[in-house]
Amino acid sequence: MAYKFDFGAIVPHWELLVDGVILTTELTVIGAVIGVGLGIMGAWARASRAPVISQIVGIYVELIRNTPFLVQLFFIFFGLPALGVKLSEFQAAVLAMIVNLGAYSTEIVRAGILAIPQGQIEAAQSLAMNRVQIFRYVVLLPALKKIWPALSSQIVIVMLGSSVCSQIAAEELTFGANYIQAINFRAFEVYFVVTGLYLVMSILLRMGLKVLGNFLFERRRHV
Amino acid sequence: MSLVELHAIHKSFGALEVLKGIDLAIDEGQVIALIGKSGSGKSTLLRTINGLEVIDDGVIMVDGKKISERDTDLLALRLQVGMVFQQFNLFPHYTALENVMLSPQVVKKQSKAEARAIAEEMLTKVGLADKMMHYPDQLSGGQQQRVAIARALAMKPKVLLCDEVTSALDPELVNEVLAVVRQLAEEGMTLVMVTHEMRFAREVCDKLVFMHQGRIHETGDPEEVFSNPKTPELSSFVGGLA
Ligand SMILES: Nc1ncnc2c1ncn2[C@@H]1O[C@H](COP(=O)(O)OP(=O)(O)O)[C@@H](O)[C@H]1O
Ligand SMILES: [Mg+2]
Repeated sequence: MAYKFDFGAIVPHWELLVDGVILTTELTVIGAVIGVGLGIMGAWARASRAPVISQIVGIYVELIRNTPFLVQLFFIFFGLPALGVKLSEFQAAVLAMIVNLGAYSTEIVRAGILAIPQGQIEAAQSLAMNRVQIFRYVVLLPALKKIWPALSSQIVIVMLGSSVCSQIAAEELTFGANYIQAINFRAFEVYFVVTGLYLVMSILLRMGLKVLGNFLFERRRHV
Repeated sequence: MSLVELHAIHKSFGALEVLKGIDLAIDEGQVIALIGKSGSGKSTLLRTINGLEVIDDGVIMVDGKKISERDTDLLALRLQVGMVFQQFNLFPHYTALENVMLSPQVVKKQSKAEARAIAEEMLTKVGLADKMMHYPDQLSGGQQQRVAIARALAMKPKVLLCDEVTSALDPELVNEVLAVVRQLAEEGMTLVMVTHEMRFAREVCDKLVFMHQGRIHETGDPEEVFSNPKTPELSSFVGGLA
């Protein structure tokens, strides 16, 4: 009883897959931009002299890095309504991704900040720059440059991790796939195609981040 | 009244007392050489003058104003006191010009055109008019150090602190940096420099300060001090160099 492949069975549902790709992309872009922003602030707080804030951020980071993403997602979507915070599937998914990436990128960006030579900071201090100015003009860009590959990988991980958002019926790509195979029972074909779509999205995302990195960090050669 | 006055400065790192009561007055236009063995506290002393090290005890007055540890005081202090380091410490992601323009723009809120004009003037002064668009890693050590000097000068400080500004340089690059410092001295800039260039100190400086074990051990006119050291420590220090 040989299984007869029928990729044509997906065709009637192609719009679901397209919608899924679009939603996954939206989740990733919003999650990455805000999540990395959160990570930069978190890293700054960790590196700052304010011990209380630094410790609070430290607890947040450890909490997120030592629990499963799915549980974090369920907590936000199913748990928070008990506190009166009711979010849509999309809102919950995006918030979970922000919170998750925020924690990981806090640690990644912090490593970049710690790698900035102390002499750079002292030079900036002796030029009368204040803390915020030093962080913004002297520390941030070289720090991000150092950790950009690690940060890029983490963003890709979060993009792939968004597939579990199907579990709260956020209609991203995996949700679309689950839905289609439940109708046409073509699990192999559907997940084969979806695997390919994730692969392509990952590669494109990596390339996009590389181009962005080049834009941000490569010097505009004058000579 | 002197431009900078240090009274009974004490500083320890943990159990190690590095500055054991320093009194020093720096007059406007004076060029002071700070000499002494490695570990005698020269860098620490210099760094207390612009608040990079917080003192444990004593008083620092700049331009008649007592400096506290408050951030606002420190920023005001650093507007008056520039510093150049042994390791240049240029910002690697900015060109020479941008390195010099940065602080005038963000700290003094000068317009881009204003900051650029001053930066170009300072870079020209240190002989780097043709290197403004270079990044630090495209410059030699001597050139980087001259950019660092221009960067400090662009803030128009009243005093410039120089901590072994030629010690990290290959011997053939030392003179181009010393020439810039000498020019500043001749123009009347107030300078405090930690240096091992004794000939330079003798020719250019007005006052020599010899540090030994966290104290100012001997001080005076360079010519006088070199040819006729009063303490055996300075005598052996000078002898050891010759
Ligand atoms: N941040 C620091 N922490 C601990 N010890 C320090 C620190 N900075 C300097 N020291 C110590 O203080 C002493 C004086 O150092 P320094 O002022 O750099 O001397 P110099 O510049 O004359 O060589 C040395 O023993 C040095 O090891
Ligand atoms: Mg030193």
